Amino acid sequence: MWICECGILQDVSLQCAKGCDVVFASCLSACRRANMAASGCRGVRSILWKYGSYGNNLFVSRSKMVPQLPLRQIYVASSLWKKNLAAAGPQKFTQEFIDKQVEEFEVGKRHLANMMGEDPETFTQEDIDRSIAYLFPSGLFEKRARPVMKHPEEIFPKQTAIQWDAEGRPFHFLFYTGKQSYYSLLHDVYEKILAIERHQDKMRNKGLFTSDTKQILLTGSRWLLKEEIEENLVENISVQDYMRLIQLMELLLSMPYCSLEEEFILKFRKQLEVQSSKYEIPALQYDPQGVAFSVADGRRKSAKASITLRDSGSGNITINGRNYLHYFPVLQNREQLMFPLLFVGMMGRFDIEGSVEGSGHSAQAGALRLAISRALLSFVSEGEVEKMRQAGLLTADPRIRERKKPGQEGARKKFTWKKR
Amino acid sequence: MAAGVLTGVRQVLRGPRLVSAVFSCHGQTFSSAAAAPDTGETKILNFPLTQPDYFRLSELFTLKDLFEARVHLGHKKGCRHRLMEPYLFGSRLDTDIIDLEQTAEHLQRALNFTAHVAYRGGIILFVSRRRQFGHLIETTARECGEYAHTRYWKGGLLTNASIQYSPGVRLPDLILFFSTLNNVFQQHVGIRDAAKMNIPTVGIVDSNCNPSLITYPVPGNDDTPVAMEMYCRLFKMTINRAKDKRRQMELLKGISASV
Repeated sequence: MWICECGILQDVSLQCAKGCDVVFASCLSACRRANMAASGCRGVRSILWKYGSYGNNLFVSRSKMVPQLPLRQIYVASSLWKKNLAAAGPQKFTQEFIDKQVEEFEVGKRHLANMMGEDPETFTQEDIDRSIAYLFPSGLFEKRARPVMKHPEEIFPKQTAIQWDAEGRPFHFLFYTGKQSYYSLLHDVYEKILAIERHQDKMRNKGLFTSDTKQILLTGSRWLLKEEIEENLVENISVQDYMRLIQLMELLLSMPYCSLEEEFILKFRKQLEVQSSKYEIPALQYDPQGVAFSVADGRRKSAKASITLRDSGSGNITINGRNYLHYFPVLQNREQLMFPLLFVGMMGRFDIEGSVEGSGHSAQAGALRLAISRALLSFVSEGEVEKMRQAGLLTADPRIRERKKPGQEGARKKFTWKKR
Repeated sequence: MAAGVLTGVRQVLRGPRLVSAVFSCHGQTFSSAAAAPDTGETKILNFPLTQPDYFRLSELFTLKDLFEARVHLGHKKGCRHRLMEPYLFGSRLDTDIIDLEQTAEHLQRALNFTAHVAYRGGIILFVSRRRQFGHLIETTARECGEYAHTRYWKGGLLTNASIQYSPGVRLPDLILFFSTLNNVFQQHVGIRDAAKMNIPTVGIVDSNCNPSLITYPVPGNDDTPVAMEMYCRLFKMTINRAKDKRRQMELLKGISASV
């Protein structure tokens, strides 16, 4: 059996017996057909020529050739010739191609700016988006299917650059582990642990060792998630790897002198957003006469209300310019308005001026009640605020209208059930 | 002319792993070095085995140093590997004692080989699976400018390299095992894989290890920190010496920088 490889094809020393030349030529042409660069010469192997006794000898010289060689051509399916597209993986772009695309983008950007009559120097990405949306209006619903002109870095997926130099020597000393950034991170963390231990020993030698040293503040932050670390390292790590990293960081934190490496550790902590579930108490304002007032908003269903609470009043309530008695003929709604003031015991103290829109009368009353409660917060003490919260005055009612479902009359009502 | 010599030698290391060609003493090399300007220089590149200690590595350590670094201490009699018996001096109170004279010989050969590989710009990979010394070995490798792998060995790192890394990757030209066992006291997978890929190996074999697949075994203790630090120091000095010599030769003789 005689198989040819791409590298050896170039070598002249493979001049074989007369029969071989034919094979050699056909192999060469087969090689050219089968796209040598990507898939190698796998396609060539399908042409296998069996020689009688010369099967094993590669270097057969002309003198040894035998005129009659029993040749048997073995036919193979053409699917072997075709390039295996799935095995190639995602399409790879060369650096030159990407550079060319970047160049074209820059030139195109300037042309676009000229077309739109704007200054090419100060043409930002938002301007580009705007111009493209103007020049190529698209009614497609899928935003990602619309024409787009972005920098090639955002369009072409990032590929890892070649990690070795011209001689083939990799740049990173942990390249052969497969996960160079992750393991080099572990290496650095361990190095820091060793450095802290050495520092501890030095302090012990001097007799200055104390356990109560400056501790790193960790409240209000969390460890970075596995996905975030993968993003930083630009390589995939497994769950066990991630847990090992967190273990090492915890070990680092458990040492007395860990404050030496504070900024390193904080790189792996993410500050949590301050979750203020508490509503901010509206600031007390003073009008030119020196009277205190506060403004607050409230919502219920789809009603929006806005209230101005004025101090040293006499209990007048005006809504949308009309007296509350006229605006809310129903007792229940007026009770809703009154309840916050009754609860804090400041019934006749304030003048209320409100505006409300949307939804129905009950929802508007609820919106106004919430707005009044919120406005009252600035006139009331801390303990009272807590009491109001427990009374449910400060909680926005989350109930909204449930949608109607198909196959039913309404949200819950079903059509008449018929047994048969 | 010298460039031709070098490219020939380089193909030896890079292409099909014809390691034997480096060692071949009959001049079946890829060059006609007859008219080389400096015969001493080309001689060492083409016939490295004619000089047993070109880099004078025997002055790096003495038998006494090995003894003081407790290199002679092996494991207990029960852990002894059958194939290590030739290297053992004897046993004392059930502890195997490794013959330091043999160790010195083997170590000198191993260091010489490492130096020659480093001289020709080969990639050297430091491997060990002992967690106690992992950091030390990685640091040593980084300081020499070589590579280390003291972590979990994934299956196809050498045998399936074009998929594990990228298609055009260059594999190590020499693998140094500072401990040939992994964490479950079985032979490290890298030894077998290196043998499959025709990559020469140098390994510190303790009395419970199997020295058969290793090209340059060095019987010695792999458990004591003193011994490991000594090995790391020795290999680092060898590699640095070889690289310095190379740089010196390149500057003086003007040999092309490509190895």
